[in-house]
Amino acid sequence: MNNSLIDYVLHLADNSLILAQRNAEWCGHGPILEQDIAITNISLDLLGQSRNFYQHAATLIGNDATEDSLAYLRTEREFKNCLLVEQPNGDWGQTILRQFFFSAYQFLLYEKLQAHKDEQLAAIAAKALKEVTYHMRWSSEWVIRLGDGTTESHERMTKAIDELWRYTGELFMAADYEKKSGIDVSLLKDVWMKKVESVFEEATLSVPEKTFMQNGGKTGVHTEHLGYILTELQYLQRTYPGAEW
Amino acid sequence: MVTPSPISTQNIWKILEQVTDPEVPVLTITDLGIVRDVKLNGDEVEIIITPTYTGCPAMDMIAMNIKLALIENGYPNIKITSVLAPAWTTDWMSEEGKRKLKEYGIAAPDKKFEIAADGVECPLCNSTNTKLISEFGSTACKALYQCTDCKEPFDYFKCH
Repeated sequence: MNNSLIDYVLHLADNSLILAQRNAEWCGHGPILEQDIAITNISLDLLGQSRNFYQHAATLIGNDATEDSLAYLRTEREFKNCLLVEQPNGDWGQTILRQFFFSAYQFLLYEKLQAHKDEQLAAIAAKALKEVTYHMRWSSEWVIRLGDGTTESHERMTKAIDELWRYTGELFMAADYEKKSGIDVSLLKDVWMKKVESVFEEATLSVPEKTFMQNGGKTGVHTEHLGYILTELQYLQRTYPGAEW
Repeated sequence: MVTPSPISTQNIWKILEQVTDPEVPVLTITDLGIVRDVKLNGDEVEIIITPTYTGCPAMDMIAMNIKLALIENGYPNIKITSVLAPAWTTDWMSEEGKRKLKEYGIAAPDKKFEIAADGVECPLCNSTNTKLISEFGSTACKALYQCTDCKEPFDYFKCH
């Protein structure tokens, strides 16, 4: 059994699941109906990705592991998602910015992952890449609309950048299992930064000067937010173990 | 119980042509290009399908509907295999499927609009004087439009 590959697949699955859960919190609360539908569509795409990854991880693990046991019965410290995706939704601007940072990263990552030697991982990435292309375009357009919008929307975007920027560094810091079995994320950083700079320029927003970057999520050391997410996400299986419907 | 026709991939395909998509019921799964292959392993019928969108919630139901259709036609021994590669594309949608979509009031995928933008032909009045309202519509596969001439809103089945 290749443990680093399993950890890597779980990391990818957790990223998608946690962001899907966060985005789903907007269901029924979006600023207008069309955008409520857009963010929940993105949530659904991410949930689909996470299912594919969890199913694959379950096959690699064997025994009695299933996509459900991996999503519903692991604890915070076992989750390997990056810190960015677990950050609270905040206002619409903060949700948009989180999506943009992540989609721009995921797009570059999946482009590379398509050529991974694990064929199933490559197939999942190739399929999801088409959807991520939409996510990236949609969130880029919103960053521009809000950054270059009214004084208030510009201020809110600036605040969102202050809030989230410190979690972007972790995306490009490889955990051990990524080094062994994953894509070299450090190589994605420059291209990602160019994308952010070009969108920010159009949005009249500034890229922060060098700041401290927080990491830990990839190895299970999370911000306090993840526990609350899991409490809600896992409630049913924790309270009624084995429940089916 | 229907007496099954002799087991042949051709007969199986005919049955699959009757199975519709639960979200766009005017399309069959063969119109959509979801069925990639049919294999016979002795008595067992193996149907190889591929999901349209990664998170498409209709896939589980489609797999079940395939099973039901085959059982009804006398083939109880069924295996459904889902494959992701090569990734599904709207290029696999049949011309017949595109015609049925339009009749149903959904604009069919159009190569000129790989990226959804204003101007997709209105399926109701054929005007190209149309506006993209949202890249994300009522299901993952559709974008929302409004026709500036007949004023009707409509869905566009996105290129994928």
